[in-house]
Amino acid sequence: MRISLFITCYNDTLFPETGKAVVRVLERLGHTVEFRREQTCCGQMHWNTGYLKEAVPIIRHFVAVYGDAEAIVAPSSSCVSMMRDHYLKAAEMAGDAKLAADVEALLPRVYEFTEFLVKGLGVEDVGATFPHKVTLHTSCHSQRSLYLGDIPVRLLKQVRGLELLPIENPQECCGFGGTFSIKNADVSSAMLAEKVRTVLNTGAEVCTAVDNSCLMHIYGSLHRQRTFVRTAHIAEILASTGGQG
Amino acid sequence: MSAPEHSHFSSRNFPEAAKELLADSQLRKNVRHATDVIQAKRNRVVAELPDWEALRDAGSGIRAHALAHLDHYLAEFEQNCMRAGGQVHWARDAVEANRIILGLIQRHEAKEVIKIKTMTSEEIGLNRNLEANGIRPHETDLAELIVQLGHDKPSHFVVPALHKNRQQVRAIFQREMHLPELGDKPEDLCAAARTYLREKYLRIKVAVSGANFLVAENGAVCIVESEGNGRMCLTLPDVLISLVGIEKVIPRFRDLEVLLQTLPRSATGERMNPYNSIWTGVHAGDGPKEFHVVLLDNGRSPILADAEARQTLKCIRCAACLNVCPVYHQTGGHAYESVYAGPIGAILTPQLHSMEEGRSLPYASSLCGACYEVCPVKINIPEVLIHLRGKVVEQDQKTFAGKLDPWNVGMQAAKFVMTSAGRFTLAQHMGQLAQRAFVSKNGFIEHLPFMLSGWTQTRDLKALPAQSFRDWWAQREPRGSAGADAPKGDRDVK
Repeated sequence: MRISLFITCYNDTLFPETGKAVVRVLERLGHTVEFRREQTCCGQMHWNTGYLKEAVPIIRHFVAVYGDAEAIVAPSSSCVSMMRDHYLKAAEMAGDAKLAADVEALLPRVYEFTEFLVKGLGVEDVGATFPHKVTLHTSCHSQRSLYLGDIPVRLLKQVRGLELLPIENPQECCGFGGTFSIKNADVSSAMLAEKVRTVLNTGAEVCTAVDNSCLMHIYGSLHRQRTFVRTAHIAEILASTGGQG
Repeated sequence: MSAPEHSHFSSRNFPEAAKELLADSQLRKNVRHATDVIQAKRNRVVAELPDWEALRDAGSGIRAHALAHLDHYLAEFEQNCMRAGGQVHWARDAVEANRIILGLIQRHEAKEVIKIKTMTSEEIGLNRNLEANGIRPHETDLAELIVQLGHDKPSHFVVPALHKNRQQVRAIFQREMHLPELGDKPEDLCAAARTYLREKYLRIKVAVSGANFLVAENGAVCIVESEGNGRMCLTLPDVLISLVGIEKVIPRFRDLEVLLQTLPRSATGERMNPYNSIWTGVHAGDGPKEFHVVLLDNGRSPILADAEARQTLKCIRCAACLNVCPVYHQTGGHAYESVYAGPIGAILTPQLHSMEEGRSLPYASSLCGACYEVCPVKINIPEVLIHLRGKVVEQDQKTFAGKLDPWNVGMQAAKFVMTSAGRFTLAQHMGQLAQRAFVSKNGFIEHLPFMLSGWTQTRDLKALPAQSFRDWWAQREPRGSAGADAPKGDRDVK
């Protein structure tokens, strides 16, 4: 299968290692990965901040770039949820029937990375080795929009050497929320303090998630507090072959 | 509608109010403890129902249908309520509702009234208005009594004193009830309140209530409660006045079958409320001799007219969204500066004010979606929050200052960048260079200027790596597995 990687704007800019890891995993499973250079962003930041009409051209751009793609995979549940939950509405708001039709045709081919592995490819063991204590932050969109359920856990359980540690209140938001973290910095920080406390309580060396946005937020505090806990996108764990990968 | 002088809203924005409350560690502890307890109870009693999701669908359907035909069902309710001996009054806004209720009380020459917890009366500032006219309102719900005697404001519309712990309640009762020896055991506090209130039930002749539901087909009014204070107020006085928002009507009596399953489970984690009162009009020798319903609009009609936001009015005030909200957990209800706090308050309050006040509230959410997940009538609160954010932005962009606002300028620039891969790549390269002024020796950004400083007050930010993913791919490509660029051509959208 020819898989088109939608890296997402912030992964492209801030977390290239995540993209490389996605490529490594998919190629290891024998698939061809393409990267369409015209890609930019899904429009989530604009839409969620209330810049609705500004999001429309970005959505249009995304749909134009991927119109003929076989399968589109993004290592971000929040970007995929932006597409599934809001693209159609944005097209309707813009009064663009053609865009709405294109969105409807495109959406069934868009997958979040772990969802694609398990539901799209039927794979749970991707041949990874990661001998560390890990805890999973179940990001809000992965659960409440994409309903990934235990998909990330099933993948992590197959990783050799990995010890998965449970976290208290896994369902609770880390307080990132995109521009919320700036517009309501104090409340966001208070939410984060609670999340970081639960992460540290697990005793894990690594906190992982299917979204780098949450992890950037969580690590921002872990680093500020000079803890030794680090964060890694789940793709990076699944790509790891224990030092040789 | 003119803004009523009794408006329950003051003009501080959410981030400012929240900042102050975040410093109150006792309040945060109280809020967190109380919401955790209610939430755990709620989860238990919801889990035992195999048809919970079907009940949510049914509840949502009943409420949506009632709102779609609100004019019809309100008229039907009015007719049936009057036929049963009730009197129905229509109040366009808070001023009218206050005038009607004051007039009714004055006609009976009452100097005091007893009240069952009614958030709608908080919405119109009824207590303040009555006091200004020489009438003393007595709250009879235990939590509302604590709030009233503590000269405080409700922080939760099901559990209004949830921000207070037992010791704080004892201090209020000791002071206000003149009981210096009072203990802080729940029994002590309840006994004190009981003695204090019982005398009032037996003496005062006029009661004011809200309502959970109005039933159109028979003109019935329904109130559910846990303490029995409601039953006292609904049966002992000569005159009963119920103030009810127009959205509370449901078509049929049997619709209660669904809503009285979902409401108590969502609100207090009970299978059924201890007291369920449903009455129609007046009956000789049984209960109040005079019964009035005041139907309140106060900004609801414009919400009904907005197809995107109409679902806000489906709310049955269970407050499950407050108990599950990670933002509410941190701040409690006072940060919302409105009787309606939490996620539902964040969408209801600004709309009740025609988006002229409470404009920071739609942003008081990380859009985590926990509220939608628990809502027993399936209000998609995150969707409405985004819709209202869109309205705020649209309003701002109409003014010159709004156009020049850093957020707007930044978002317009980001749109320009994000609609072209060329511009996006250029912006990445510029960012890699420009960040040098901010990156510390350890490779992290620890201070950012202006509005971005909110991030770095508690969080470090990893510096942009020297090579973006797309630049790595471009280098790799000739050796890569796929020819990759796939269909050529300029896809940039102009």
